[in-house]
Amino acid sequence: MSTSAGTMNTDGPRHWRNVVVLWLIANVIMLPIVIFVLGPGLPPGNGSVEASGQVTDNIVLLATATPVALMVLVYLGYALWAFREREPEAVLDGPPIRGDSSVQFWWLIVTTTLVLFLAGYGTVRLLADGSGGGQGPNPIAVPATPAGGKLVVQVVAQQWQFNYRFPGYGGVETNQIELPENTLIQFNVTSLDVIHSFWAYELGVKADANPGVNNVAYVTTKGPLTFHVRCAELCGVWHGYMFNSGQVVPKAQFAAWIAQQRVKFAPATKTLPPYSKTYFPQPLRRGG
Amino acid sequence: MTAAGKRILGATLVAAIVCVAIGLYIGLYLTNVPGSAAATQTSTATHLYLATVPAAETTDPHPTWVSYYAVDSNSANWRHVTTYVLPANTLVQVTIFNYDGASALRNNWFGQPTGTVGGVISLDGKTTKGIDPDDASHVFSIPQIGLAVPLDGIPDNAKNPCGNAPCSLSYNHTTTTFTFRTPGKGLYRWQCFVPCAAGFIAGFGGPMQTVGYMDGFIKVV
Repeated sequence: MSTSAGTMNTDGPRHWRNVVVLWLIANVIMLPIVIFVLGPGLPPGNGSVEASGQVTDNIVLLATATPVALMVLVYLGYALWAFREREPEAVLDGPPIRGDSSVQFWWLIVTTTLVLFLAGYGTVRLLADGSGGGQGPNPIAVPATPAGGKLVVQVVAQQWQFNYRFPGYGGVETNQIELPENTLIQFNVTSLDVIHSFWAYELGVKADANPGVNNVAYVTTKGPLTFHVRCAELCGVWHGYMFNSGQVVPKAQFAAWIAQQRVKFAPATKTLPPYSKTYFPQPLRRGG
Repeated sequence: MTAAGKRILGATLVAAIVCVAIGLYIGLYLTNVPGSAAATQTSTATHLYLATVPAAETTDPHPTWVSYYAVDSNSANWRHVTTYVLPANTLVQVTIFNYDGASALRNNWFGQPTGTVGGVISLDGKTTKGIDPDDASHVFSIPQIGLAVPLDGIPDNAKNPCGNAPCSLSYNHTTTTFTFRTPGKGLYRWQCFVPCAAGFIAGFGGPMQTVGYMDGFIKVV
């Protein structure tokens, strides 16, 4: 082993060069695959402008992590091959491992750079359009309202169903959701009881539904799409069943649908409280 | 027997006991399913009769909890089950005898029935498109198929309210009848949307969070 150790020490620079060359080759092969082959298929898809942005973000994250993962794998593979014991019968203790200030220096530089880059990138992306996330009652990343205006949809969560209220259409409330295509949607998310989370997966929207809080999230729809809504916050015994689906449809179809809903739910609409960003319903008699 | 033999025998016995225990646990888990009630088939229709009471039977593990029961057309033969077996793609006429008072809806939207044939219900023989949300006692809802039916509560000053199940028709009650079309085969869950769990924070705990009282399954076969 002393011979091997001596070889390792004298061959140190050669090993480092081999590892770096192999790592570079692996990156040249894998990065295009990650960015151009795997990347476009990353979640949540391209169901909205924000969802597409999240796909881009996920590609950036994966492309940033790929060289790190490859370095670990290449180093591991190289070590297993290059430093394997060639004379098993002569196994002895190896040379002591000592710190290497150069390695430590570059480790700090590389990891700090990566973390700062990701923090900066994430901050810029969040400030750009909110990335489909809930921004609380006073959002700071407000997309510019297009010429056609925006559609406000209130998401009312309750154990264990999401309902949707449309203040621009007489305050009608529905248990299904349809949205017009190519439209800026402002979701006002709230809850009537416990904490839920409105997660419209294909739209790239996730916003907590807190009682007494108006959590605003924006999304700009694209073409026709079926999307799934799930509660993403453990909210009770039927949390796993708190889901439904919705559709992004052509504007004319949405207009027809919402008109139909206004007629269908006219009796209920009369009994609803005036539209408000939050509600504080209290059981009148026995409850509680 | 040698010491080694005894050790092997002991280890074998312990392993056998553990295996039997695991097998029993799995077997009981797979076979011990909650009871269910099937719809009644007549020559003209399929009927499901249910009842809601302010408190379960006195012999129930939770005798103060509000609950649904399966009953017959005369509010007799009470069975404490909340899994109901219905035929697929069939019009089912549901009758619910409600012996409970009002708690009011948390979301008034549920005061209008949805998912029923014609969007209406029959309340004590009168067809209606909704009830006063403040008078709602319970809701029978299958969210997966968009069915939600509000149940009117008995008046606060009812002369002859029923305490614990079972309750005969001589007690104050409301009768809600509706018809809906069952979906394809599958297991669907149903629930109440009124925070009716008296004694729990905001009426949400206990029977609202425990399968077998204010929620259960619709097994469509």
